[in-house]
Amino acid sequence: MDKLIISPAPHIHSGDSISKNMQAVIIALMPAYLVALYYFGLGALIVSFTAIVSCVLFEYLIQKFILKGDTTIKDGSAALTGLLLAFNLPSNIPIYIVIVGSLVAIGIAKMSFGGLGNNPFNPALVARVFLLISFPVAMTSWPVPEALSMHYLDAVTAPTTLRNMNFGVQPDTLNLLIGNIGGSMGEVSGFALLLGFAYLLYKKVISWHIPVSILATSAVFIYILHLAAPESYIVSPIDYILSGGLLLGAIYMATDYVTSPMTKPGMLIYGVGIGLLTVIIRISPVYPEGVSFAILIMNAFTPLINTYVKPKRFGEKVKAKK
Amino acid sequence: MRTFRIGGIHPAENKFSAGQKIKTANLPKQVAIPLAHYIGAPAEAVVAKGDIVKVGQLIGKANGFISANVHASVSGKVNKIDVQLDASGYKRAAVFIDVDGDEWLETIDRTQTVVRECNLTKEEIIKKVAEAGIVGLGGATFPAHVKLSPPPGKKAEVLVINAVECEPYLTCDHQLMLEKGEEIMVGISILMKALDVNRAVVGIENNKKDAIALFQKLAKEFKGVEVTALKVQYPQGGEKQLIDAAIGRQVPSGALPIEVGAVVQNVGTTFAVYEAVQKNKPLFERVMTITGKSATNPGNYLVRLGTMLSEVVDQAGGVPADTGKIVGGGPMMGRSLMTLDVPMAKGSAGVLFIQNMESLRKKMQTCIRCGKCVNVCPMGLEPYLLMNQSEREMWADMESNKVMDCIECGSCSYTCPSNRALLDYIRFGKSTVGGIIRSRQARKS
Repeated sequence: MDKLIISPAPHIHSGDSISKNMQAVIIALMPAYLVALYYFGLGALIVSFTAIVSCVLFEYLIQKFILKGDTTIKDGSAALTGLLLAFNLPSNIPIYIVIVGSLVAIGIAKMSFGGLGNNPFNPALVARVFLLISFPVAMTSWPVPEALSMHYLDAVTAPTTLRNMNFGVQPDTLNLLIGNIGGSMGEVSGFALLLGFAYLLYKKVISWHIPVSILATSAVFIYILHLAAPESYIVSPIDYILSGGLLLGAIYMATDYVTSPMTKPGMLIYGVGIGLLTVIIRISPVYPEGVSFAILIMNAFTPLINTYVKPKRFGEKVKAKK
Repeated sequence: MRTFRIGGIHPAENKFSAGQKIKTANLPKQVAIPLAHYIGAPAEAVVAKGDIVKVGQLIGKANGFISANVHASVSGKVNKIDVQLDASGYKRAAVFIDVDGDEWLETIDRTQTVVRECNLTKEEIIKKVAEAGIVGLGGATFPAHVKLSPPPGKKAEVLVINAVECEPYLTCDHQLMLEKGEEIMVGISILMKALDVNRAVVGIENNKKDAIALFQKLAKEFKGVEVTALKVQYPQGGEKQLIDAAIGRQVPSGALPIEVGAVVQNVGTTFAVYEAVQKNKPLFERVMTITGKSATNPGNYLVRLGTMLSEVVDQAGGVPADTGKIVGGGPMMGRSLMTLDVPMAKGSAGVLFIQNMESLRKKMQTCIRCGKCVNVCPMGLEPYLLMNQSEREMWADMESNKVMDCIECGSCSYTCPSNRALLDYIRFGKSTVGGIIRSRQARKS
């Protein structure tokens, strides 16, 4: 006790940190990652490894040599971006496309706005959409799942359930749950993604508001469409939310702290917006997958929502006695 | 189980001194009794150098309505009236008395028998409370008699007793309840009489099950007193939070509890009221907790006002070797002390030793907009926004975002994963905005 430390209250801290939150999300993604490794084998390993390493490396290089400041790769946010980017890619995509995607995610979507905390759009989704527009063929030919596949670029491809749905083919709910379907490597198993959701809720990393409002809105909306035109919209609401990237987007991408609203009512508005936009975009024959666009559009509304949707103030509804 | 409806956190309780019997601290050789408190005008000294005083004798007279009398806590000779560094970090007037024996005023009833009957009128009770120099012992030290005299046109309906002790580590209120339960109950009935209410609610957090059981048993003998177990949640001891938790009413922004018919008194204050009214004993000693993760002997001590904290700490085993910070009060709202050579004041609820590793704040990182501060704020504010506005000196925006509602509980800073100094900036903004509001009002009138 040579000297005492003087500081204002509070004198204790919860011990929570950015890296703990990032780690929790990465742990929550592990079941879905294992499913991806099982069904897409070697390809999934190569794509995810490339995405994570290049994201971390780009962040390090930019901070070290362009910004000439401290590097923050230890907080885990770049690794998480890499993992999420890989989850949004087909497992048979060439390495160079993954690297371009990582550069867009970290270089353009994240660091050019000032790094973690300042990016208006979800970096992994910006990269995904960039790649979808730049490499439409590579981004939309999904490999057929095959247990412990050793194929990478030579994997057999097939349309996803979403594309099939637009052609009137009913998906199989069990396969949607366990992940035995074509699709981006991280989005296939509904069960694994929900397991991670339960973990995030348990660890209080995210609240239920955003995922549940997105899923409920899109389920209700597609059910209304189904009632209105049963021939065109054959899919059940359950299958609908299990297909494509909706669960991955709703649980892991839309809940990104930086780009989603801060208050509970704001989160609900944001979630409903994403749900509605997703269904509207998915109806279009051009883009059977609409979650990425929907989330990015609502990311743009987040500052507006934060400005106008205030939390419930203490004592607000109580009238003062005269 | 009941609790307040907005925000809140649950830090590790660390109540190491729970269940430790209250020990009477040794009489010091000299005391420096502060004439000033954190809130209100300092009392005016009514003794002079060389005067011989007895325990309980008036030495400082209340100076104005929001001010409280100060009494001698020891017997002996007034050495000087001088400034003394106090726990708030300022040098303020204090009466120094050299201790000689322990001679109490004859009027004080020193027996342990519990006196239940109180035949005084409302006015007589309030007068006695004011004369005894009783202030809120929860820490804010607001004069108790002021709360017992609602402004004209306002009528109290419920008395809420703050027996929450939501600060981690502290146990002085808990132990007092266990040892002086009946006296506190009598104190409650006296306060009910003073406020002319027939309902009182005692809010106790559920980590004090023994106190809840004892009070529920005692409450059967006292009409109109309810005992409510509350879910453990910080800052439940905040006046507005407690009223919400205990009786489900929310005090509007900027208003006092009396707006919703509530008056809150701390359980320690209630005991002091009992002693003042039934035993003629003014407030000159209180229970405080000495604690910390590496404290050799965490415990609860009955200490005379003006005793140097260092002397009490020595009796409790001294300062642990790995101490990096010493806090006067609890870890969430207490003040870090520069030295232990500061006198015990009416608001001193504890001394807490924080270990080296925990004393240092971690490096502040960028805000990742996780919204956890918004989630935990018990007043429904947006700490991240207020901090940003404070950094940019956006005072008008801070005012419209209700910075004046902030109770400075520290839940936001405690929670922030980026270790941002949210409350530091908000406090700065709040004091600036408060100044702006006051000067605006002054110009109007």
